[in-house]
Amino acid sequence: MAIEQFIDNEVKSNDVVLFMKGTPQFPQCGFSGQVVQILDHLGVPYKGLNVLESMDLREGIKAYSNWPTIPQLYIKGEFVGGCDIIREMFQAGELQQALKDAGVPVAARA
Amino acid sequence: MAMDAGEIERLIREGIPDAEVTIRDLAGDGNHYSATVLAPSFAGKTRVQQHQLVYNALKGNMGGVLHALALQTGTP
Repeated sequence: MAIEQFIDNEVKSNDVVLFMKGTPQFPQCGFSGQVVQILDHLGVPYKGLNVLESMDLREGIKAYSNWPTIPQLYIKGEFVGGCDIIREMFQAGELQQALKDAGVPVAARA
Repeated sequence: MAMDAGEIERLIREGIPDAEVTIRDLAGDGNHYSATVLAPSFAGKTRVQQHQLVYNALKGNMGGVLHALALQTGTP
């Protein structure tokens, strides 16, 4: 399966997908770790995909979204942003709203 | 390989002529910067689109030579 098909399938079959360096349990990059912290704080179920496991995935995801860096967060198949944008949205409460709009459960304390 | 603040600013200005660009060097290693880019032409664009315009202006350096550029974008 071409890498683009794999990515397309992942983002469309999971509500929330985070393409990151490392895993949610062991992020291997500060930026990926920040997004993991935000998602965990919100108690959002998500699928973490480790781009370090495959150079095709690492480069393929950048082409797929026309976004040059990792991490990349997708909600319901839509690219939401990288670390800066996710942090900015979280601080403004926009991320919580986007998740609720997408029907994704968010912890009450957020 | 690294980039200096002046070069980043020049590239962004070339790509987004009406941009006000403020660069801060976070680590002194030519690899970790924060940049605030304000441009009237960003009006009506999402954050993702605004950031993509800045990345396009950086002509492929972003994510390669330039590892970390914390971006803040908006309209003045």
